[in-house]
Amino acid sequence: MKGRLAAGIAGLAALIALPFVYRDPYHLHILVLILIWSFAYTSWSIMGRFGLVSLGHGGFMGIGAYVTALLWNHLGLSPWIGIPLSMAAAGALALVVGYPCFRFRITGHYFVLVTLALSGIVLQVVTATRDYTGGSLGYTPNRTRGSGLLALQFDDKTTWYLIALAVWVGGLLIWHWIDRSMSRYALEAISEDEDAAAAAGINVTAEKLKITLISALMTALAGAIYCQYQMFIAPDVVSGIAVSLQMVFAAIVGGLYVSFGPTVGAIITILLAETLRIGFGTQAVGWDNLVYGVLLVLFIIFLPKGILGSLLERVKLQRKPSPAA
Amino acid sequence: MQGFLEFFDIYLVEAVINGILLGGVLALLALGLNLIFGVIDVTWICYAELVMIGMYAMYFIVQYYGISYFIAAPITILLVAVLGALLHYLVIAPLLTAPPINQLLATGGVLFVLQSFATVAFGVDFRNLGIRLPVLALGDMNFSYARLLSFAAALIAMVAVYLFMTRTFTGTAIRAISQDRQIMALMGVDARRIYLVTSALGGALAGLAACLLVLQYDVHPFVGLSFGPITFLICVLGGLGNFIGGFIASFVFAEIISLGGLYSDLEWGYVLAFAFFIVMMFIRPAGLLARRS
Repeated sequence: MKGRLAAGIAGLAALIALPFVYRDPYHLHILVLILIWSFAYTSWSIMGRFGLVSLGHGGFMGIGAYVTALLWNHLGLSPWIGIPLSMAAAGALALVVGYPCFRFRITGHYFVLVTLALSGIVLQVVTATRDYTGGSLGYTPNRTRGSGLLALQFDDKTTWYLIALAVWVGGLLIWHWIDRSMSRYALEAISEDEDAAAAAGINVTAEKLKITLISALMTALAGAIYCQYQMFIAPDVVSGIAVSLQMVFAAIVGGLYVSFGPTVGAIITILLAETLRIGFGTQAVGWDNLVYGVLLVLFIIFLPKGILGSLLERVKLQRKPSPAA
Repeated sequence: MQGFLEFFDIYLVEAVINGILLGGVLALLALGLNLIFGVIDVTWICYAELVMIGMYAMYFIVQYYGISYFIAAPITILLVAVLGALLHYLVIAPLLTAPPINQLLATGGVLFVLQSFATVAFGVDFRNLGIRLPVLALGDMNFSYARLLSFAAALIAMVAVYLFMTRTFTGTAIRAISQDRQIMALMGVDARRIYLVTSALGGALAGLAACLLVLQYDVHPFVGLSFGPITFLICVLGGLGNFIGGFIASFVFAEIISLGGLYSDLEWGYVLAFAFFIVMMFIRPAGLLARRS
């Protein structure tokens, strides 16, 4: 365990030192994107791993991005206040939708479809209020004339890299915190059999609401950070079903049940998209999603534990001493 | 007639009737999805994308090869039916014993594949058939023939499916298998064959919907997203697998969209419909027609 901790700290130190040694802006940009999306995918898998498959996370991400940007542009509210507000908004929405779902035991298909409606609503509201949000053309937070720190707008990639890194590490810590908490056992029991879990004294509704709230808050933060970094958001980039499915896809490809799984998923999907974009140029429109889709189907059929999950399992099996030896 | 029209706001009446016409096509889509859910216990997230492929098929057959609409329609229906059967054979069948969520996500992957296939193959341009049907003027109200035709065709198709389900052996077997999966195999029904037939039937309904929708809407790779989510909501509101509930919910939703669109933008109609849906989840979580146990 001690060796693992040391390796983790060494790895983190190497990641922090990276932008000061290596300064290629394009590669840093890709790294920042990978970190931000890894955080978003980790947020999804925090509840996804317990069988709570939500397609509403595109909605939470959209709220995080749009509320922050709208407060900044229309009210001049700094993202330092705007981001907590947007997270609170996403959390409130998660509770409003989550409570009836869990109270009335809407699970499986029903839960997926209800949350799908949620991301649909956010997408439609953003499009419908086009006078304020710019509709499907997208939206840009105003450039600040004053302090970049106050507006959370930085021009250099190194700062953004460090912010994204901090958020990503925070996400992993939350993942581990939940992994070691009693809630994890409660939620695993719930995902196996709700009645039995309730009979064993687990408050099913409260446990599910708690995990949904954490997940929604983190996803909204991911959306806000993405908006602040890219300085441009469009409804189909940060909300809607496509984004929700993208989260599910990356988490499953990387591996739902291991902490680094969503990160591996983000690395694979973003590198794949970038390689295709560079390789095919403008002809690549659509090709990346085509490959994603085929991979997703193949993975669910042949490797439901994801790449990292399956690899770790194989390593574990090999390490186990055989009974004869 | 005249007094009746004066009594009500004429635009309101027009919106109500247009809502009913829209409801017909939505009911057709909901029927296909409910059929597949009821029998195979799978939700095809990519259902609206099958419709999109069908709309492209109609576009190319009619526009590119210059074949008449009424010959193109059966070809398209057959094509999408084959696509539905293929989807079941290639994706769902290997996953039948997997957790239901995995099946649902796999069809989500198919959604990506179909959408991006259309983007790669046909580009992102909006295309339409170029058929302009006349408009029926009734008093001061205008109704497009395209909508009337869609409504009529959707109703006929639903009656045909009803007759198929109640009057034929295969239809009876389909209904039976949706009631008890295990017993039917013992009764000498080949479940795999029934699943394939159901998937093809669901595909055919999507194909028919494509033929009708292409008359009213332009086709582009993301057209599925504009009516896909609403179809899922209808099925959940009606109770997944509940045919009559789905039928009623289609018209409720269509009216909300149509009336909401009357007072504001069309998107607000959708937002209202979504909000209504979430409120209904509080009141009737298991669907409109569910019996409280």
